[in-house]
Parts: sequence; C-alpha cells; structure tokens
Amino acid sequence: MEKQENKEGIKGWLNPGRYGIERFAYWLMRLTGIGLLVYFIAHIYETSTILNGKAAWEKMLDLTQTTEGHIILAIVIGMCVFHTANGIRLMLGHGGIGVGKPGRPDYPYTPRSINMKNKLCIYASIGLAALAMMYGLGVMFGE
Amino acid sequence: MSTTQISEEESQTIVSSPKSIILRISRSNPQTGTAKSFMEFKVPYEKWTTVLDAILEVKKHFDHSVGVRYSCRQATCGSCGMIINGKPRLACFTKIVELNSDVVTVEPMNNFPVIRDLAVNFDRMFSTHKKLKPYIVRDDSEITSKTKEFLQTPEEVEKYIQFSSCIKCGLCNSACPTMATDSSFIGPQALAQAYRYIADSRDKGKNERLKIIDEPHGIWRCHFAGSCSMVCPKGVDPAMGIQLLRGYLLGFRR
Ligand code: SF4
Ligand code: FES
Repeated sequence: MEKQENKEGIKGWLNPGRYGIERFAYWLMRLTGIGLLVYFIAHIYETSTILNGKAAWEKMLDLTQTTEGHIILAIVIGMCVFHTANGIRLMLGHGGIGVGKPGRPDYPYTPRSINMKNKLCIYASIGLAALAMMYGLGVMFGE
Repeated sequence: MSTTQISEEESQTIVSSPKSIILRISRSNPQTGTAKSFMEFKVPYEKWTTVLDAILEVKKHFDHSVGVRYSCRQATCGSCGMIINGKPRLACFTKIVELNSDVVTVEPMNNFPVIRDLAVNFDRMFSTHKKLKPYIVRDDSEITSKTKEFLQTPEEVEKYIQFSSCIKCGLCNSACPTMATDSSFIGPQALAQAYRYIADSRDKGKNERLKIIDEPHGIWRCHFAGSCSMVCPKGVDPAMGIQLLRGYLLGFRR
C-alpha cells in the first residue's frame, strides 16, 4: 500500500535537512518525545523496584551512579528541556501566535509563518537544552 | 548507466553556451508493475531553461513516452509538481540555473499514488478539497440580496486573499511530514482552503467546516513543521492558515 501511495514514510521524518530548521525542530520534537516516553516507562520500572525491598532499590540506584547512568540522565535533561521549550513555541503557534498576519503575497513569496521569531525560539530551545545538559553533567560528575 | 545526448543541430535550445546538465528522470509504471529506475540524458540549457523545458527536450528527441503532466507552463495550472533534486517544486517554475547542480534528478511527488513516471494521481487531494466546501456558504446570494453585492473592506479582503492564490499543485501535501505516514490526513492544501473560506467575511459556513476538520485525521495532526509553506510556489503559506484555523477551534478567534 505504502509503495502504491508513494508515501515517504518515516524516512520523511528522518531526513529533516531539506526544509530548514523548522523541519529539524519537528524531527527533534518527535525524537525527544519518544525518548521521554521510553524514559518515563524506565523510570516507573526503576522506582517500582522499591517494592522488592531496600536492597533491590539501592542496587537500582547504584546503576544510575555509573558513568553511563550519568550520561543517560544528562540526555534525558536535554530532551526534557528542548521538548518543553519548543513545545511552548508550538503551543503558542498552534493558537495562531507568532505565525504572522495574512496579507497579499509578493514574489518571491517568503512565507510569514517561517519567521525569525520562530527560528530564534528553536535555536534558544537547543541552546537551553545544551546548557541544562552541561549543568547536569557538572553536578553529576562533580559529586 | 549510459547517458543519451542531444546533437547540437537537433536541440530546441539555441546553444550559445556549452552548458549542459545530466537530467535523471524517474521511470515507473505501477499498472504494469514496472519498478522505479532512472534514465539519464545530457541536455543543453540556457539561463532561462526550466526543468519542464528540459524534460520536453527529452520527450522530443529521445523518448516521447516519458510520462509528465503540464499545461500552462507559467505556475498557474498546478499540473507539473514533481520532486526536483529532492524537493517538491513546479517544473515550469524552476530554472535549471537556480538548482546550482550539474545533475538534475526528477521524481514523482511523494504522498500521491503514481500514475506513471512523473505524473501522480490527484483524486484524493481534489475530493478532500471539495469535502471542505471551497465556496461561499450562505442562504442568500448576490443575485437575491437587496444590495446586490456583498461588500468587503480592504482589511477584510487581506484576511484571506493570500490563501485564494492556491493552484492545487499538491507540493505542500508532498512536503508534509504528517502526510508522509498518514494518507487519511486532510493535508495542508485543504486545511488552508478551509481557512480561506472561514476567514471570508461573506461566508457563513464556519461551523460546518470546523466540524469536518475536527476529527482524528484532521487539523490536530498538523505539528507545524512549516515544510508546506517552504515549498508553496504561490505564497499561500498553508502553515499560517492552519495555525490561524486552529485558533478558531481553541477559542483564540471567533
Ligand atoms: S497551498 Fe501552495 S503548495 Fe499547496 S496546493 Fe496550494 S499552491 Fe500548491
Ligand atoms: S505547467 Fe502549469 S503549473 Fe507548471
């Protein structure tokens, strides 16, 4: 069916370079969303080990204190910050805020919804995520 | 793969410069089960040569069976959309020089069923467009009303005029990442047209249209990736229309 329809499929999401930073943000939003969902499920499993007693809980906590555990947590921090900051931009955009005002288009027809405000918000979301990750890594490895 | 070349005497293009490109044309025919493959041709070009001109050169001199749809050759009929060097564009509105490449690859648009080679089937896009009532909905008409005309201020016209430039070329639907995985999605083309009529001060069909788009494969599937607006050749900016339209459903607009 997919072939008949000539649908781009998931590779259309995974190939975000062609349509500017907005499509890259779309892809990152999907990726971080899936990542956070996986983390959420893992987190429930992690905290549920407390039901098996103190020893099992501490064994699980020790796992998060390894280098790998710290790196994974830093990635989770980055995903969380990007998803939140970009999510706020998208929520405002979905309400029609920051997408420009309609008007007679003029050649070369630069779309008003693809504007500097949105681009800056995307760069800021990526920047904030990077800063938060560095801060998190500093705290975790500085202990 | 060998590349076929047009002799200088045969070429339609007046060859004042020795510039040429390799035109790679995607060939496929789902009806006969012919899988996608590429044919390569060396085509001369000038600074005014469009991708459509180059394809027509190939049809004229080498292989008239190349399947391509076109009509106006001036970005008006919306027939000649295709993927040119990886991006959906109108072949008649894309000059070879602006691609900055010695190789130009043309493929059928994504997210539409392929008829043959570069021609795709627009049936679903047109029926979705029609479903959203692309006309002024109201009980009276300009013929029956006392004033004879439904007057609008220039400000009222500005609210929808850009969306009325849509030529139904389908480039936006082809670029949309939601359409890439969900063929039941209404799509940026039709959603932008829903906004065009809802924003028209003469129209009274807002509630009917909002009901149609407020469904699982409707407006909520748009995640504002903006790719539709990046490829639209007429400045329609469907992404803006969709977000403004969503404002009606979220209560930001009346
Ligand atoms: S909105 Fe633009 S890209 Fe989409 S069908 Fe209309 S003219 Fe083509
Ligand atoms: S031939 Fe009409 S839009 Fe290109």
